[in-house]
Amino acid sequence: MYPPSFDLTVARSVAEAVDALAEGGEDARILAGGQSLIPMLKLRFAAPSLLVDINEIAGLDLLERTNGHLRIGATARHADIVASDLPGGAVASAAPWISDPLVRNRGTVCGSVAHCDPEGDWNSVLLATGATVVATGPGGERSIDIGDFVVDFFTNSLAPGEMVTEVHVPVPAGASGGAYMKLERKVGDYATVGVATHLELGGDGTISAAGIAMTSVAPVNRKASDAEALLVGEAPGDELFAAAAEAAAAASEPRSDVRGSAEWKRNVVRVYTRRGLEAALAQAQAG
Amino acid sequence: MEISVTINGTAQSHDVEARQLLVDYVRSTVGLTGTHIGCDTTSCGVCTVLLDGVPVKACTVLAAQADGHEVTTVEGLKADGQLHAIQKAFKENHGLQCGFCTPAMMLVGAALLESNDDPSEDEIRWAISGNLCRCTGYINIVKSIQAAAAEGRAQ
Ligand SMILES: Cc1cc2nc3c(=O)[nH]c(=O)nc-3n(C[C@H](O)[C@H](O)[C@H](O)COP(=O)(O)OP(=O)(O)OC[C@H]3O[C@@H](n4cnc5c(N)ncnc54)[C@H](O)[C@@H]3O)c2cc1C
Ligand code: FES
Ligand code: FES
Repeated sequence: MYPPSFDLTVARSVAEAVDALAEGGEDARILAGGQSLIPMLKLRFAAPSLLVDINEIAGLDLLERTNGHLRIGATARHADIVASDLPGGAVASAAPWISDPLVRNRGTVCGSVAHCDPEGDWNSVLLATGATVVATGPGGERSIDIGDFVVDFFTNSLAPGEMVTEVHVPVPAGASGGAYMKLERKVGDYATVGVATHLELGGDGTISAAGIAMTSVAPVNRKASDAEALLVGEAPGDELFAAAAEAAAAASEPRSDVRGSAEWKRNVVRVYTRRGLEAALAQAQAG
Repeated sequence: MEISVTINGTAQSHDVEARQLLVDYVRSTVGLTGTHIGCDTTSCGVCTVLLDGVPVKACTVLAAQADGHEVTTVEGLKADGQLHAIQKAFKENHGLQCGFCTPAMMLVGAALLESNDDPSEDEIRWAISGNLCRCTGYINIVKSIQAAAAEGRAQ
């Protein structure tokens, strides 16, 4: 299978990439890890006139903790997250579940975030942790809350000529924990159901912030806002987690397909939300 | 576009189309047919090559993206007329049946041993989890990689 013909610009800096995107217009696309884009080209689901390869941009693979954030640069690969000690919580928990080792060696977190595939895992993690997407375009740099970045099925809120240069995941100063629970049929398969959870505890042990977001059970990665609201301000406990799990299941909209029935998937959301919250709590309490 | 790639230690330059896939470049343009094509949909891993030492699916990388980089294919494992430890181990431990997945399995195994000279069975199974074998049931593949690791440590 062959991609349709396109022009290729190998950018050496973010400025060069942004210029090339602007010049290429509507039909220009960033090529990051290529692990979603190249298969789409081969299947002729996409036919961009220009690809702007960002893999040769020095320093764009940054992965560091500064100012209360984990910064993940546009060419940091899934495998870099697996290998690093810097990420914690839901980020560290999700990384080994992305695809298979070969795809992880090439695919990027930011590419996955930009792709907005509702079966992609990272956007659930970012929604649960309250992350920010940093976009750079002809007008300079801006920060976009992940909730505003994910617009719809395969649709993000980047303006023409903009690219994602980083994502920032907050690293809370106080006690916190997170997890990513994923059910997959086999290594390399997308999630049948995925649930990201994140908890922060106040000095008195009550929940000061909570994040829950779901993969593959709605037309977009979906934040379970009602479930989060139930948790905040409360003392953690089995009944509370069961109620939050129920609310998350109610917020999911799974569809019956080859991976299972809608009813069963909704039940998995319930079980995984509860288990995820328990894991997040254990981590937060362990400090 | 003109690309320069070091393949198995030898510098190569070719004029390629931007859309040419690395697997096709290696097989058809360079003529190294040890790298196989299976699914062609990024699922099976038989097209694995090492790009700067890192295993990737060559059906899902553009040839142009290898410009200025090093590619190792199964043909690059043998050095100075001697089989690589991983090749010897696959041969001695019957780590293959039809052989279709074998070049990829050996490259993934060799890359693993570069970073971990004493991997556990779990670590080996984890490392090859992106590579399908439809014949062996994997047991002898795991044994082969363990044997190559032991051989490496003995030297
Ligand atoms: C067999 C297989 C299994 C997989 N399983 C999973 C899985 O279980 N979970 C999961 O989450 N993902 C999975 N993936 C997808 C994988 O994680 C991809 O790496 C990811 O979706 C896209 O990242 P990329 O760097 O490869 O992006 P690319 O393929 O290069 O790009 C994807 C899209 O995002 C755009 N883009 C990329 N980077 C940027 C940027 N910096 N700024 C603006 N736009 C950008 C591109 O233009 C393109 O439209 C799988 C892929 C394969 C092939
Ligand atoms: S041929 Fe490349 S992954 Fe199957
Ligand atoms: S030996 Fe036949 S596919 Fe592995």
